[in-house]
Amino acid sequence: MASLRKIEIIDSVFDPWKLQQDYQATSMCGRSDYGATASFIGTMRDINEGDDVISMVLEHYPKMTEKQLNQILDVACERWLLLNVLIVHRVGKILPEEPIVLISVWSKHRADAFDACRFLMEELKHRAPFWKQEALSNGTSRWVEKNTKG
Amino acid sequence: MMITVKYFASLREEVGRASDILELSGPLSVLDVWKQATGQSALMNNVLIALNQEYCEEDTVISDGDEVAFFPPVTGG
Repeated sequence: MASLRKIEIIDSVFDPWKLQQDYQATSMCGRSDYGATASFIGTMRDINEGDDVISMVLEHYPKMTEKQLNQILDVACERWLLLNVLIVHRVGKILPEEPIVLISVWSKHRADAFDACRFLMEELKHRAPFWKQEALSNGTSRWVEKNTKG
Repeated sequence: MMITVKYFASLREEVGRASDILELSGPLSVLDVWKQATGQSALMNNVLIALNQEYCEEDTVISDGDEVAFFPPVTGG
């Protein structure tokens, strides 16, 4: 099981590289047992389903989000040998190029880090209660109804 | 029993409000809560349901103080 984890929902722009670096520095300080770090960063695109998107609002269900992410993490920790996991997800108004999600996984060996990172991201997309509403360049807005294939 | 009902995203817009607090007498399922809260006879196919922040089925039975949420498919990440 992972001895360390952090889940953060954030309502302003974040720098995923800095967050990962800072979190590693504080939570893994003095440790030298990790040989692999895998990270996924999801960023907002300015086009979706062929339409220009100028901004997006990400809504979530506060208590359930943390609960679901912790459960997803529990499953990952049963399947892979993980030393530490950081999950950061943005909410509120988001502009193209801004990061939406960061998942970082630390493990002894690369397979656990790679595989768990992919699993966590896919499970997040299917279970964590977030919803996107896009504002289009033509002045209209619409709810995103389903995930992209991957 | 007192039940809190929450609606999110497009479903919140369709229902026209973010939440309800209902005084109901049971036993009731979460589908019964939906019917009493909205006056609609059934749930749309793609609606997801959570009881106390855990996914559940239409026939899950509620208790006093529960929080029931209805929402469309999730699209985070």
